[in-house]
Amino acid sequence: MIKGHQTWVFESKPVIIGSAAIGGPFEAQGALANDFDLLHEDIWLGQDSFEKAEKKFMEQACETAIKKAGLKKEDIQFFMGGDLINQIISSSFTARTLGVPYLGLYGACSSSMEGLALASLLVDSKFAQNALAATSSHNGAAEKQYRYPTEYGAQKPPYAQWTVTGSGAAVVSQHGKGPRVVASTIGRVVDMGLSDPFNMGAAMAPAAVDTIEAHFRDLNIEPSQYDLIATGDLGRVGHEIAAELLKKHGINIPKEIFTDCGILIYKDDQPVFAGGSGCACAATTTYGHFISRMKRGELNKILVIATGALLSPMSYQQKESIPCIAHAVSIEM
Amino acid sequence: MSSKKRKNLTPTQQQYQDFAKARELKIPKVKNCVRAFLVGGIICTIGQVLNWVFITYFNFNEKTAGSPTTAVLIFISVLFTSFGFYDHIAQWGGAGTAVPVTGFANTISSAALEHKSEGFVLGVGGNMFKVAGPVIVYGVFSAFIVAIISVSIKWLGGM
Amino acid sequence: MDKLIWAFIIGGAICVIGQILMDSFKLTPAHTMCTLVVAGAVLGGLGLYDPLVKFAGAGASVPISSFGNQLVKGALQEAKQTGIIGVLTGIFEITSAGISAAIIFGFLSSLVFRPKG
Repeated sequence: MIKGHQTWVFESKPVIIGSAAIGGPFEAQGALANDFDLLHEDIWLGQDSFEKAEKKFMEQACETAIKKAGLKKEDIQFFMGGDLINQIISSSFTARTLGVPYLGLYGACSSSMEGLALASLLVDSKFAQNALAATSSHNGAAEKQYRYPTEYGAQKPPYAQWTVTGSGAAVVSQHGKGPRVVASTIGRVVDMGLSDPFNMGAAMAPAAVDTIEAHFRDLNIEPSQYDLIATGDLGRVGHEIAAELLKKHGINIPKEIFTDCGILIYKDDQPVFAGGSGCACAATTTYGHFISRMKRGELNKILVIATGALLSPMSYQQKESIPCIAHAVSIEM
Repeated sequence: MSSKKRKNLTPTQQQYQDFAKARELKIPKVKNCVRAFLVGGIICTIGQVLNWVFITYFNFNEKTAGSPTTAVLIFISVLFTSFGFYDHIAQWGGAGTAVPVTGFANTISSAALEHKSEGFVLGVGGNMFKVAGPVIVYGVFSAFIVAIISVSIKWLGGM
Repeated sequence: MDKLIWAFIIGGAICVIGQILMDSFKLTPAHTMCTLVVAGAVLGGLGLYDPLVKFAGAGASVPISSFGNQLVKGALQEAKQTGIIGVLTGIFEITSAGISAAIIFGFLSSLVFRPKG
């Protein structure tokens, strides 16, 4: 049911009965490698294009999540998928393989929580028994589409980010054991007029702050009630900006519990500039690392705010700024 | 350039942009310039050595040695791009690799490699000049204007 | 010998100009290269680029600005011979090696290699 202006509270608390995180070589060398289900050395996965490889990543994540949930493809009623590639072909082609009724989503890097929110909504409202939400991203495909060819010698600034190569998927169900989705705040588009495609963090921070504010206002709770509050991929630059903006707006999130998936996913010595980004950043960190920590009893109640920059290569060339969005999902053990 | 953009922003947006700019990870401008100087200088020195080789051992002179030197530098740049380490050198050297003709060759070669998956005609052929195209277009157009002006001045001078 | 030193210094300096255009003026690499090419063409038309090439050798002929100079030279040389139409027919004469080499080697590389990511 709806609470406040833009928050859904899931009375029946749908369960995440299976989740999977698949990663590539950079993620294998990263800080969260142990919490991935599968890590690949080759970003091509034996395919002949980056885009086909990304589809394979997503298929693997979906199949692994379904298997871990103890189900078969036929048991899933709906598949919610989104990614960064034009016309979200990774998700559509994965849906073709799965053969599950499909709802394609585009939220850029916020797609993971957008999918999880919608899957939980379907299950909570009894419009589905089991729903699957998945996203993926691929460094080569993203650079090729949004910026420059991967072998091109453009000097990236220190506030650029590294798109995660991988995929994250979760099966949400009415019954079963596992972390439960409690609530979700749907974000609105926020555009502060920034237009540098190499500085997504600063563009997305206001959207994250807007959604976080809405979440606490709608539910009338305090940030300290969470063990962990993580933004999706603001990176070092965007996360710091968000932290300061939140303080300015009177929202006190204790420093120890406020983090960012883009900062967590890689080690400090990896050449990833300001941190990770891409749909798979929030997805793999949540469905791999955070859920593992919850199952180990280290975390009880978390809030993940996936952030997305809704630009296209053409909008940038047409001198448009970057509109951003953030969706929040609250999960508890 | 940026002030025109700023006029279209609301006060809140302007405020935020200033706020964000102050927190941006700063580009190490001086370090970048030093690196660009070193890498660019080295590439040009290699070009000078190649010039000398072509003049001394092949039948080129000061005026004509530029062409084979350019071709060799382009070949090396394409090779480095193909082996996957041009972009690492370029991240360090910045304009030092982008400004010499090696940068031009890298744009063409990297785009060709990247779009191989879309086929050789539409992919490689159609996308090769994605980044290099503007250089050729503006080079030719500006040369055309300059040449026309130059020829006109000479013609008027001769009247 | 000192030609080598000047090649290094002038070549490096032109690259620093490029770096400043990218870092301080926030131009993209494509915009930066276009600016330098147009500058080369203008200087070439004013007769200032050739003396620089004579002085610094590869330090002036290797950077992309020389491309602009060569386009102008090609146009002017041909115009001298055949009149105003020479501006059109002569533009690519001197730069032919560079553009042809880039296309040919670039295409050949795509036959054999794949991007490394």
